[in-house]
Amino acid sequence: MQWLGQFNYYVFAILMMAGIYIAMSRGNLVKKVVGLNIFQASVFLLYISSGKIWGGTAPILTDGLDRDISNPLPHVLILTAIVVGIATTSIALALIVRIKEAYDTVEEDEIAEAETLYEQELVEIDAARMNDARVDGA
Amino acid sequence: MSTATHAGFSLLANLPALQVVVPMVAAPICTFLRFRNGPWAFALLVSAAVFWIAVTLLQQVLTHGVISYEMGGWAPPIGIEYRIDEINAFVLLIVSGISLVALPYALRSVEREVPQDKHHLFYAAWLLCLCGMLGITITGDAFNIFVFLEISSLSTYMLIASGRDPRALTAAFQYLVLGTLGATFILIGVGLLYIMTGTLNIIDLADRLGPVSDTTSVRAAAAFLIVGIALKFALFPAHFWLPNGYAYSPSAVAVFLSATATKVSVYVLLRFEFTVFGGIEAFDDLHFARLLLPFAIAAFLVGSIAAIFQTDLKRLLAWSSIAQIGYMALGIGLGTPDGLTAGIVHMFNHALTKGALFMAAGAMFLSIGSTRITNLAGVGKTMPFTTLAFVLAGFSLIGVPTTSGFISKWYLVLAALQHGNAGYFLAGLVLFSSILAVIYIWRIVEVAYFREPAGGAVVKEAPLSMLLPLWALTLGCYFFGLETHYSVDIARQAAESLLGIAR
Repeated sequence: MQWLGQFNYYVFAILMMAGIYIAMSRGNLVKKVVGLNIFQASVFLLYISSGKIWGGTAPILTDGLDRDISNPLPHVLILTAIVVGIATTSIALALIVRIKEAYDTVEEDEIAEAETLYEQELVEIDAARMNDARVDGA
Repeated sequence: MSTATHAGFSLLANLPALQVVVPMVAAPICTFLRFRNGPWAFALLVSAAVFWIAVTLLQQVLTHGVISYEMGGWAPPIGIEYRIDEINAFVLLIVSGISLVALPYALRSVEREVPQDKHHLFYAAWLLCLCGMLGITITGDAFNIFVFLEISSLSTYMLIASGRDPRALTAAFQYLVLGTLGATFILIGVGLLYIMTGTLNIIDLADRLGPVSDTTSVRAAAAFLIVGIALKFALFPAHFWLPNGYAYSPSAVAVFLSATATKVSVYVLLRFEFTVFGGIEAFDDLHFARLLLPFAIAAFLVGSIAAIFQTDLKRLLAWSSIAQIGYMALGIGLGTPDGLTAGIVHMFNHALTKGALFMAAGAMFLSIGSTRITNLAGVGKTMPFTTLAFVLAGFSLIGVPTTSGFISKWYLVLAALQHGNAGYFLAGLVLFSSILAVIYIWRIVEVAYFREPAGGAVVKEAPLSMLLPLWALTLGCYFFGLETHYSVDIARQAAESLLGIAR
């Protein structure tokens, strides 16, 4: 039954891989962000689990160290990581809003098509400019 | 060195904290400066102060040895320690120096490429990015590295997306996904190390890892850390975010990032690989460092070959960066004092060289409005000073003698030759890759000097505010190519101290 004691760590591994898979495989940018969030949340679980002991209480010293206490440090560390996760998500969503404004889609393959068209346009504009220059010169 | 809580405030004693705190506090102030050129002037002032601090710190380290600064007066390993030895003092100097040189250049480039009402936010992000990179470099605490890494990454996404080119948005998003994966991998690695040792202080980690080093958890931690860091410094095959990120961002951002961001990540790799894992016997059997070699070789071959086939100058330079990262990884992968010296010297030399090249490309973008190679026809006649600087810095990229690029390749080849037959093969590959560099630099020279300008639109030489930083870096390539005393000696000391802590 030892594996049951490591239940949190199995969940961590499963969530981590699910998150990476979603972030890499989905074409929809919003779903990618959801995948990233699941991935980051799995790491929160790893840190928080590592600080907990069965029967441990909060580390508030009242009358000496007579009871088991949970390690507060990983919990504090992960607060920072949660804040970082929120910041990353908000920047990602802000970028998605601007991508939607620029290309009118949030699907990766459609964006790639739009970018190819945009690049062709740039080449044509350059070619036209060259032609104008040649006409002016002549 | 003690904190000055009881002895009053002493500026010199608190320089390590100020190195990070000055740009961090300056960034929000910058967002309030909405008048014309205000944010720029303020960022320049802050960069100058930060550069002065970095120079002073390097001098202190070189004369008095390692500086250990206790954040808030809490002694390590409980408190966060800022620990400055030769290697990170050197990286601090590179990062703050490049920021100081790139900012004068940024004035005109940003005016053209970033909307006027966003300038205060742009320079605030610049300062935050600077703060993050300096923090990664200066701190002696593994979790602190992650926090500063995310500060610099988040502001980098903003900087890349701040231009007018819509392709920059997708480039920034792509970088965000890969960058977050990389940073979170580093977080997992640090977490596993903390679970096994109960400490986050890097020196303390190295001490305590010994007894538990032969466990799956520590090996997994090492794997997560290396993969995470490799994602951040765009080592092949994790390089996909880099070409678009550098090519479509505003020119000044490409200069700043290409010269600093990857260097800082290389430093983090050095720190973990040598200071933390270096002394562990269980890892000696794995030939930990050598795992990098195949990726390093693939990086400089693929990077150089891909650079030859690019149609856009900035993308060409970005692919060349991937190749140069390969050289640095090769030096580190060899794991000998000479190899490390070569890798560290190349960090410095490549910062100068690629900074100059991206500056020249940005100046051409400002005058011509495009960096597609066909549009650069005759640029050698219309923009003689910019193009000449580009060609001279290009020589340094190739590794022509008298340039700094030659110095780093020289040491790299020497280090490779110490490895017998495999070494000859490695040295041959480095030389082959240099020939590829000749091809892609020559493509630009050919278009710039041997084709007639299209005529029509009048192309003007770049403004003086761009030419001066460009020439400063270009001449730097030659100064440090002839006077190797500073860069090579510091790099050798840094390499020896990295290996010295290890063994």
